[in-house]
Amino acid sequence: MTYARLVGEEIANRAEGPLLFLSRSLDVGLNEAVEVEGADGSVRLGRIAALDEDSITVEMLDDTAGLALQGTRVRFFGEPLRFHVGPGLLGRVFNGIGKPLDGGPPLAAEHAYRVDGLPIKPTAREAPSEFLETGFTAIDLMNSLVRGQKLPLFSGGGLPHDRIAVDIACNARLPGDTQEAEGFAIVFAGIGIPHDSAEFFREEMEKSGALARTVLFLNLASDSSAQRLLAPRFALTAAEYLAFVEGMHVLVILTDLTNYCEALREVSASRGEVPSRKGYPGYMYSDLATLYERAGRIRGKPGSVTQVPILTMPNDDITHPIPDLTGYITEGQIVLDRDLHRRDIYPPIRLLPSLSRLMKDGIGKGRTHADHPALAAQLYASYSQAQQTRVLAGVVGEDGLSEDDRKLLIFGDNFEQKVIHQGVDARTLEESLAAGWSALRGLPAGELHRLDDRQIREHLLDRAPRREPVS
Amino acid sequence: MSTAETTWISGPVLRARPDGAFRLRESVTVGDQALLGEVIRIARDEITVQLYEDTSGLRPGIEVTGSGRLLSIRLGPAILAGIFDGLLRPIADIADPYVKPGMQVQPARRFHFTPSVCVGDTLMPGAAIGEVANGTGIAQRCLVPADLSGGRVTAIADPGEYPDDQPICWIDAADGRNLAIAMTHEWPVRVPRPVQARLPSDEPMLTGQRVIDCLFPVARGGTGAIPGGFGTGKTVLLETVGKWCNADVIVYVGCGERGNEMAGLLAEFSELEDPRSGRPLLERTVVIANTSNMPVSAREASIYTGITVAEYFRDQGMNVTLMADSTSRWAEALREVSGRLGELPGEAGYPAYLSSRLADFYERAARVRTLGGEIGSVTLLGAVSPPSGDFSEPVTTHTRRYVGSLWGLDAKRAQARFYPAIHPLQSYSLVAGNLARWWHTAGCTRWQELRRRFLTLLEDEARLERMARIIGRDAMPARQRLVLICAQLVNECFLRQSAYSMNDRYASPSRQAVMMRLIGSFIEGSERLLDAGVAPEAIRDQPVFRRLMRMGEEIEEGDWEAFSALDQELTATIRRLINEAREGGGG
Ligand SMILES: Nc1ncnc2c1ncn2[C@@H]1O[C@H](COP(=O)(O)OP(=O)(O)OP(=O)(O)O)[C@@H](O)[C@H]1O
Ligand SMILES: [Mg+2]
Repeated sequence: MTYARLVGEEIANRAEGPLLFLSRSLDVGLNEAVEVEGADGSVRLGRIAALDEDSITVEMLDDTAGLALQGTRVRFFGEPLRFHVGPGLLGRVFNGIGKPLDGGPPLAAEHAYRVDGLPIKPTAREAPSEFLETGFTAIDLMNSLVRGQKLPLFSGGGLPHDRIAVDIACNARLPGDTQEAEGFAIVFAGIGIPHDSAEFFREEMEKSGALARTVLFLNLASDSSAQRLLAPRFALTAAEYLAFVEGMHVLVILTDLTNYCEALREVSASRGEVPSRKGYPGYMYSDLATLYERAGRIRGKPGSVTQVPILTMPNDDITHPIPDLTGYITEGQIVLDRDLHRRDIYPPIRLLPSLSRLMKDGIGKGRTHADHPALAAQLYASYSQAQQTRVLAGVVGEDGLSEDDRKLLIFGDNFEQKVIHQGVDARTLEESLAAGWSALRGLPAGELHRLDDRQIREHLLDRAPRREPVS
Repeated sequence: MSTAETTWISGPVLRARPDGAFRLRESVTVGDQALLGEVIRIARDEITVQLYEDTSGLRPGIEVTGSGRLLSIRLGPAILAGIFDGLLRPIADIADPYVKPGMQVQPARRFHFTPSVCVGDTLMPGAAIGEVANGTGIAQRCLVPADLSGGRVTAIADPGEYPDDQPICWIDAADGRNLAIAMTHEWPVRVPRPVQARLPSDEPMLTGQRVIDCLFPVARGGTGAIPGGFGTGKTVLLETVGKWCNADVIVYVGCGERGNEMAGLLAEFSELEDPRSGRPLLERTVVIANTSNMPVSAREASIYTGITVAEYFRDQGMNVTLMADSTSRWAEALREVSGRLGELPGEAGYPAYLSSRLADFYERAARVRTLGGEIGSVTLLGAVSPPSGDFSEPVTTHTRRYVGSLWGLDAKRAQARFYPAIHPLQSYSLVAGNLARWWHTAGCTRWQELRRRFLTLLEDEARLERMARIIGRDAMPARQRLVLICAQLVNECFLRQSAYSMNDRYASPSRQAVMMRLIGSFIEGSERLLDAGVAPEAIRDQPVFRRLMRMGEEIEEGDWEAFSALDQELTATIRRLINEAREGGGG
């Protein structure tokens, strides 16, 4: 926080929910940050939400319980809320509003950035096109993540998204020697998470050594709703600093955005706004966009901000406003599945509704492997056929199936057990590609319409364990 | 100029005490940064202003200055190949990578002007006074603005370079005033530009996408909508059409969508060549970008800005296609503004006038005779993003009432990576009948017949698939199994067309016609085979079937020999199978 420009004493007239009404004896502007110090010495953050000729409406960003009007002192900063950052961010742990939680020294505050960020001009953006390996085949091979992309994980209560988040944070790497040359960092923000999860994240990352390249933001379930809205903003501000000032490639993991949206709904309701779908405010799309759109690359700058936001779909319902609006903003989604999880498939990623929209720009010749796009396309086509056949088999029984259909069924099982499922070990992209080709070998070559003749010959026929006669 | 003093401010809306008269929809500037706004409500002692920028730091007392005119944009030769925000302010300045409040309109630029009229000529509004070169290969015209009265030319500039905001032609109007005309002029975005007549349209706006051009075509000057849930392919389809369609100018409005998409579009459009002119596609394109994290209120204006720009080029006798991605974001912005004004919410919170606003928008599409006597057109294509992918919501249902072509995207197809995911049974084109003549003249005499054939096949497929799910495919009669195989061919080889395949991303009308004919031959041939007693699966297992399935991928544009070789292979295969069947059956 910068020093207050103006201080007002005894100007608070009324408090109502998160709103505090002050007399306008000072010349202050919209959206500027304030600090309200109670007579008891407690300090709360706020933001100027509306102004008229006589009064100032402040929206408090901390819990207002216990706030009294008498004896409060309001400090005005003359500018919107900022996060002071500088070298030495990596390895540190903060709360949702950027205060160190690790007992370490205060940060060298070399820069102060508005936590709301600024929209990047579309003309200043570099289109993302460089592969980022997560260690999961279902992502790397089938829904590749590229640097500068925002690719959320749609999960559900009780599914292992925390585990996946930690695995990605620990295993993610840049290909070749880019990692050493340009630097790679993780910004991990827990939003409204229980104390246990926070401990789990911290411990796991410490154990694997990933903490040293990570900045951790922990906003606990017990913190106020308004702070919940700030946590991802502080985290993204740190990420932008690392990416665009220090020039690193930064992977931002935000969990759980559902808590964020709940907080947004709560704050909106307390302001008396007209709700939209399921009580969430009508501006939730735009609000989420101000977070997700902070992923990207900027032309002429070396770094990148990649986002993997995680959310839990209420009732596993993908049409719920939270996943729905997220899907309309992000560049694809990775969807977790309860049935796969029950069958002990890890990661339990349901491939058909999953999609990485920027994949095409980050894979193929000169990026991953020349035949990667065709392989992924063929696997998708065959797996979706296999799923349909499974439904069919459920009705008419396996006996009613043709020979080719039975092969498809076997392929489907194989694919889930050997390609999607990988257990605890991370796979390199090469291993993922090999697993994919090997799964296709059981299918009749003539049915593989997404592969050309050369690809079939090189990857399937020539290497098949038992040579099939080439027609 | 009227001024007003701010008394209240919250978010992007402020109220002010006026000193002088303001008009509804008048554009205003606020404070030292000259933030742009529009008057949305007036009372004797108070005006309400909607601001198109981030309002952080504004406070009561700040001055609001009226402009005396409706919210307008400056139209001129500098627009082409440019990228702008929702109010036509350029956003190309790379020195600062961030969008900040107080963006300015395009500064004057110099262009080469060649007059086409002489002193003494009488000009009507909308008449051309000369040509302007802006270095893009597309010759632009400078016209007498439609809101000026016509008159006699009293002076005209010599050929040469001039700043685009300086007069180059003077006319004596009928009312005795002498009017100066520059290469640029202002036009209010919410007012349609006048034309001489609206004309019927019997020419297709070709997109190079088979499922559109052959099954659900759109006419020049027509309208099309693409509803679809997230990730079903609206943006890719609009961009693909933007790349390959036969329009002279493309206006691409990114309304409340992603920054990376706009960056990708800019990169691709500057690399790709326009097949007709050989110049970068960007040179025939105007991009209006108001991404989801840019101020919401400008989203609402961006659609009108886009269509006004489109009409500006239309008036020069060009065929313009405008794509709006996404009209739902625009409707949501409308909803937000309406909510702030305290209007009574209608369906799903949208204001009651949503339907009429949509109608007004699509109504601005037309093929016309311009005031200057040229033929031009504006074709409008809009993406619709229904919440939860549910097509029964207000924006989709209203849009459906006003568009001539509808391409419904299907989540199942998209999930199976079947692109474009246009579902043939959820799509329509009201103009297909009018366009049949064009295809006939272009040499595809069987277009209408094959189109019907394909559509019937796809309907039958849907019915039979339901049946197959109950009794199993193998239990179905041979004729029905054949229908499924033929439908598979139509789907996989004709409707499926990857936007990222070098060979297949674009299909010329001739290539579409050849593929249509080949599939037609397969269908007819295989029916004869069936009559001769050949099992459908035996037909499918022929190598020629795989070649047909992959012909879009494998045979490139213009390789007619490969197509005719495939045709011969098909004929030979059918003949061979028939002979075998006869011999087998006879023996
Ligand atoms: N014609 C196509 N050819 C190949 N791939 C396609 C095609 N259309 C869509 N896709 C694939 O589907 C993805 C999603 O498409 P797109 O971004 O156009 O969806 P959208 O409908 O615009 O979604 P949203 O509403 O969220 O913006 C693309 O990134 C691409 O991978
Ligand atoms: Mg889109």
